[in-house]
Parts: sequence; structure tokens; C-alpha cells
Amino acid sequence: MRLLSVYLVGLVFGLGISISGMANPEKVLNFFDVAGTWDPSLAFVMGGAVAVAFAGYRFVLRRPGPTFDHMFHLPQNRRVDAKLLAGSAVFGVGWGIAGFCPGGAIPALGTGRIEVILFTLAMIGGMVIARYINTHFGARLQTPGGPALHQPAAHGPITQAPKGPAPNTNS
Amino acid sequence: MEIVNFTPITSLFGGLLIGLAAVLLMASVGRIMGATGILSAAIFAEDDRMWRWALLAGMVSGPALYLLITGNWPEVTVPVSTPALLLGGLLVGLGVSYGSGCTSGHGVCGLARLSPRSLAAVATFMAATALTVYVVRHVLGG
Repeated sequence: MRLLSVYLVGLVFGLGISISGMANPEKVLNFFDVAGTWDPSLAFVMGGAVAVAFAGYRFVLRRPGPTFDHMFHLPQNRRVDAKLLAGSAVFGVGWGIAGFCPGGAIPALGTGRIEVILFTLAMIGGMVIARYINTHFGARLQTPGGPALHQPAAHGPITQAPKGPAPNTNS
Repeated sequence: MEIVNFTPITSLFGGLLIGLAAVLLMASVGRIMGATGILSAAIFAEDDRMWRWALLAGMVSGPALYLLITGNWPEVTVPVSTPALLLGGLLVGLGVSYGSGCTSGHGVCGLARLSPRSLAAVATFMAATALTVYVVRHVLGG
């Protein structure tokens, strides 16, 4: 039941991405090309998505918890640091070069296009490199006073980069 | 400036569905609908990966449902070379890992939660993307 529900949520997301044009690099790149062939459509994607999420979250988060888990897993870190800004800037450069962002590329994989597969493999490669750097040089790169949940042990480097708390739920 | 292929209605409708998916994911498993976090944890997390793969499977099925409804595959036109696609992909993968999120996690969910981190991330990557497109198309591309 839980997996089926989550699958359907993914389907809604993938359909939304397909309809919106976010899976189409030509449209995405034109959105950013204000000086050339400008396509303002993606502002409507973002506006619509944020408006629904803003209203919906207020409703959902008032409930005691989600249907298939014992708690809401919300990021607690609100600190703006150099790592966040540098990472976001690098993401922006990559998005501007290729025209795919992760949320656009994953649904686009469903079209079976070779370009999407190549992009996605390269993107996963980038994630692997980031994890390798974190694992081997993590202590030096760790932002001072970073998220409390992700603090490395004081006596050694991070051996694994945690990706949020892992609850004991049954799939 | 020339305005091309403007599709406000379909784009708004697609955006509403994306927002709805974010709300439904929070209501069902209590998670942020961020493509970066979902994909990364589906591959690298040590446990609780099943629901993430189910979500990814749903996302990948989106275009097929689109085909079923409209009779056409969603348009995917890639106006860049293969090396650019690979370089862009690598930078996106690195950037979203350090930036802890992308357009869906920060851009939709983070902004909806009024997170200062997400606002800073979105402002940064939107500016970097626009600057990159400008340089690629109007400086390098001539």
C-alpha cells in the first residue's frame, strides 16, 4: 500500500514535469535566455508548484503525522553557508550548460532518449565524486557549525555521509 | 528579445501537479519531494530505499501516462552537444550534492516552507543558470 501510494505520487510528479515542459531542455534554456529567444513559461510552472505546495503543506503539516511513517522528516538546517551557495552556483552552471535539472531529467528518462540517459549517468557520476570527496576529505570541508545531525565525530573524518534520519519503517 | 513557444496554461497546470505531488509525498511518507535527495538516497542510503525506488519508478512512468492521455510523447529537444550534456550532468551532480538540493527540493518544497536556505539556493542557481546561458549563447556562441 505504501509503495503503491508512493509510486502514484511519483507518477503525478512525472506527469506534471512532462506537461510543464521541465523535461525539455530547449524550453528550459529558452526560459533563461531573456536576451535571446525568451520563453517565460517556466515561471508559471514554478509559481503553480510553489503555490500548491505552500497551501498544501500548511494543511498536511497540521496533522499529527504522515500516513505511512511515524513523523514528518523536515530539514531543520536554516543556515545559509558557503557550501550551500557554492554548490547551488555549480548546479546552476551545469543546468545552464545541459538544460536538464534532476527533477526534469528523471521523468525524461521515461522517453528512453539516449541524451537523457547520458546526462543522468554523468549526474550520478558527479554525485559519486561529491561523496568520494566527502568521505576522504570530509573533515576538512565540513562547514563549521553545520547541521547538528550531520556533525562528524571530533576524532576522525566522516566515514559516510548521512542522508537524513532513517526511520524503522516497513516497506 | 523575442518571446517564443509561450505556454502559460499547460505550464501552470504541470506546475500544479508538481506541487500536488510534493504535498502528497509529505502526507504519505512525510518526505520532501526533492529529486536530488530521492535519487541520491535511493542509490547510496543503507536502508529505507524501497519507497525511493517506487517514487523514481513513478516519476519515470510520467511520460508514458502523458502519451496515454495526449497521444504524443512529451517533447524532449536537446539543443546542446554530447560533451556539453556530459559536462553539464557532472556539474549538476556535484552542485546539487553540495547545495543539498535542486529545483524541486529547494525551488518547490523549500520555498513553500519559507526556508531561508532554499531561498538563498534558488536565487544563486537561477542567477548562475541565467549567466551561463547568456555566456554560452551570446558570448561563446556569438
